[in-house]
Amino acid sequence: MFPFLTILVAVPAVGAALLWALPASARGRAREIALAVTGLELALFAVMAMQFDKSDAGAFQFSEVYSWIPQIGTSWALGVNGLGLLMIALSVILTPLAILAAWREDKDESRRRHYLALILLSLAFMVGIFAARDVFLFYVLFEAMLIPLYFMIGGFGGAQRRYAAVKFLLYSLAGGLIMLVAVVALYFVGPGGEQAFLTDNLSGLDLPVTTERLMFLAFFLAFAIKAPMVPLHTWLPDVAESARAGTTALLVAVLDKIGTFGMITLCLALFPEAARWAAPVIIVLAVVSVIYGALLAIGQRNMFRLVAFTSVSHFGVMVLGIFAFQVTSMEGAAFYMFNHGLSTGALFLLVGFLVSRYGTADVDAYGGLQKVMPVFAGTFLVVGLSALSLPGLSPFVSEIMVFIGAYPVAAAAVIVSAVSVVLAALYILLTYKSVFTGPVRADLGEARELTLRERLVTWPLVGLMLLLGFLPGIAIDYLSAPAADAVAQVTIEEAGA
Amino acid sequence: MTFVTPEIAWAPLAPILIVLVAASAAILIEAFVRTPATRRVVQLAVALIALVGALGTAAVQWALLEGAGTVVMDGMITVDRQALAWQSMILVFGVLGMILFAARTRAGEEAFTPLGSTAPGSIEETLARRKGLQLTEVFPLGLFAVGGMMLFTSVTDYIFLFVALEVFSLPLYILVALSRRRRLLSQEGALKYFLLGAFSSAIFLFGAALVYGATAHTSYSAVAYAMELGGANDALLVTGAVLIVAGLLFKIGAVPFHSWTPDAYQGAPTPVTAFMAAATKAAATAALLRIMFTSLHPLEWELSWLFWAAAIASMALGTVLALVQTDVKRMLAYSSVAHAGFILVAFAGLEGEALSALPFYLLAYGLASIGAFAVVTQVRERTEDGSVGAEAVRLGQWAGLGKRSPLLAGAMSLFLLSFAGIPLTAGFVGKFEAFSAAIAGGGWPLVLIAVIASAIAAFFYVRLVVLMFLTDVPDGAEDDIAVEDSPLARLVIWVTAVATVLLGILPAGVLGLFEDAAVLLVSLGA
Repeated sequence: MFPFLTILVAVPAVGAALLWALPASARGRAREIALAVTGLELALFAVMAMQFDKSDAGAFQFSEVYSWIPQIGTSWALGVNGLGLLMIALSVILTPLAILAAWREDKDESRRRHYLALILLSLAFMVGIFAARDVFLFYVLFEAMLIPLYFMIGGFGGAQRRYAAVKFLLYSLAGGLIMLVAVVALYFVGPGGEQAFLTDNLSGLDLPVTTERLMFLAFFLAFAIKAPMVPLHTWLPDVAESARAGTTALLVAVLDKIGTFGMITLCLALFPEAARWAAPVIIVLAVVSVIYGALLAIGQRNMFRLVAFTSVSHFGVMVLGIFAFQVTSMEGAAFYMFNHGLSTGALFLLVGFLVSRYGTADVDAYGGLQKVMPVFAGTFLVVGLSALSLPGLSPFVSEIMVFIGAYPVAAAAVIVSAVSVVLAALYILLTYKSVFTGPVRADLGEARELTLRERLVTWPLVGLMLLLGFLPGIAIDYLSAPAADAVAQVTIEEAGA
Repeated sequence: MTFVTPEIAWAPLAPILIVLVAASAAILIEAFVRTPATRRVVQLAVALIALVGALGTAAVQWALLEGAGTVVMDGMITVDRQALAWQSMILVFGVLGMILFAARTRAGEEAFTPLGSTAPGSIEETLARRKGLQLTEVFPLGLFAVGGMMLFTSVTDYIFLFVALEVFSLPLYILVALSRRRRLLSQEGALKYFLLGAFSSAIFLFGAALVYGATAHTSYSAVAYAMELGGANDALLVTGAVLIVAGLLFKIGAVPFHSWTPDAYQGAPTPVTAFMAAATKAAATAALLRIMFTSLHPLEWELSWLFWAAAIASMALGTVLALVQTDVKRMLAYSSVAHAGFILVAFAGLEGEALSALPFYLLAYGLASIGAFAVVTQVRERTEDGSVGAEAVRLGQWAGLGKRSPLLAGAMSLFLLSFAGIPLTAGFVGKFEAFSAAIAGGGWPLVLIAVIASAIAAFFYVRLVVLMFLTDVPDGAEDDIAVEDSPLARLVIWVTAVATVLLGILPAGVLGLFEDAAVLLVSLGA
């Protein structure tokens, strides 16, 4: 069989190497080359998605297993089910848009080339992580991904970027290293041998209770830092404020989903008993994230920080959906992972466009922009409404699925979380009001309508949200079976016990 | 009493003998080849031929080895795959180190003082420099050190171990003192290293004497056998064992026997630091492994507190003190103390995994060390008259190195990431292996501390990366730093960088070799 997944990992990696090795004469074409590489990636992905057997979306397809380091039991093992497929879709869709968004960011040719190469490199890691079927491989990619991200944050962006990059790195590294202890321990509690780390070989182990719980916590900690959950979220607002909008869009829209993705595919699959044990506490933390994130978002004057805090709130909803262990809520959470990527990605990029015009992300510096740039304002409003889960846009469907699904088992959590919908209306609409309505601020300078390039970046995302808002079945067909399997892994054992 | 000449099987000793004979021959070369320039080339050639020849011989030994290995000289020396693996590693470090010894700046300046016996800053020194004298004794000294270290890894007798210890330590003491620039610092480092080294040798010897007193044996296996039989004086035995281990912990550079490292690393000519950091740690780890597994294992329980305490203290102190350093070489020295702690973590429980994990760890660490110090030799201060001066070791001077020389800064970042244990570098696989060994031995609390230490350590490694890539060259300091491009140093940097990446991505082959080497031959000798 055609090794689709390996090629999907290899294409952007080779693309990055190509950009770095570009001869001086071709360096001016770095952007076009990067875009072509992501276009190729998107095309390859489309071909693969077409061959994906939707009727069997719970099974891992396009599986590849090659021995990598037999001495420590690890393999180059890839495979995707419906959830993985959708996450890879999100990565390959957003990356070319992020490249387009960064089209005019750098005057300096060599800086631009480095930035694009780093984006491509992180795309390779993202695809690899979402497809990894070997815990060791997952860990390696999970940690190695920090390197391109670190340079993307620290090398390109605002004044505080170095501080933000170091903070990001230390948070992620601390989580990752603690996870490493559990990864090493998995080898000893698992079957061992040359394929000891295959996820399939590690699922359904009969572990001693304490061991399982400790290992669960180690994994969960790493993922909770990635999918920023209160109280481990503090790195995100700093990064969002300092990094370039495209970097943050990719980071929050795709990379942070690795946290929730890991919770579903590793935490639940490998440690079901411990997941049940920890679920009440995690749900409480999730609800705290939902409300706390939303409240802090209302208080922010910097739009990047604001969007970052809304994400903390939204990630809380996803975690709630996951740890309610209901099929509908799990489906909702998985679907939300995708929709939040579209919605927040678009929001970060739009704020980035605004900042590129006027040089500030401060809400108070703006006013009345809808009179001079109506298309921009309209786009911003639609994207903003998607973030507050307006019906007709896809985030609404997923959020409602989480709440309805989780209600039977965690009614209180759902009721409290639902307040966030009101808070969301506040933070989005208040922001819209002060930036786009009222009299035009004279000190703002010349207005520039959304350009063609910027429309190419944002409108596809809006279109997708509308499409999935009205026809959510297109995506949910891919997610039902994986969600049901994930829930079954946790609950079947409970029924037997 | 009659003295019986033991039968000596020469063949298994061939790699060690080649190096030591070449070292002796190299001393004669000093006397007979008069022109400094020719002498340098001849010495380098002899050293490299000897080391590569020894490496080839070791490979042949490996291929021909029947069973677990050979016992030579009535059990004084044991040549098994474990010993051959370590010896080959030390030879590789030796080759890289010698190449670095020979590297010169664009202006033709070596790393070593032209005449070691002159007082720093004296007229004699200036005259010696002007006359173009060269200190080529560094090559035979280096060869003796390599030979001693190789011997150190395969000796199986406490008294002979002491001999090997001195054979490799004495040349190192001298080498540390021979820096061309900052000579006072160099001599201070050497004196401290020598005094503390002599002290630790004495401690080791005292320990060996106590063990002899308790068991009436000096051979590793006989000591273990005597303990198994019982009847040995326990207090004497445990005290002796603790002192022996302490003597070796000194060479590994673990807390509280680490205080020589920052001074010696900082003062030594950087090529010597590179070689010493990589090879001494490897040799000492090899010896400690052999002793713990074949001789003192009955005391595993009694000694475990020592290993745990030294490991935790080394990791904690090493990382915390490295955080506050402002000198690149001192920072790397404290990082080496932290790494000594990581090495000791793998000793928890004395599991067989350690026998394949530690060689890999030390290989990864050694390659990154040699590479990193080789980069240090290339970053130089520019003096006021425009000529290239001493190495730029203040951290601030590294700001913006990524702009001056992206490749050099990239290589340095790679080595730092490998030290930090970031995946896809050799250091990660090494750390993974070491932690696996520790968890297999029940040392998971140690591993937990180790990962926290790693996270803190990552901070100071990354700080240097930030300085190189994300910080701009300070205004007005554009011309303060000169980046050298000595072909020999570049060669070492590229070889170590490629090896670090390869061992990080495709370590299976080398891991397989080390797994074959996870055998220690124990014989009761005579």
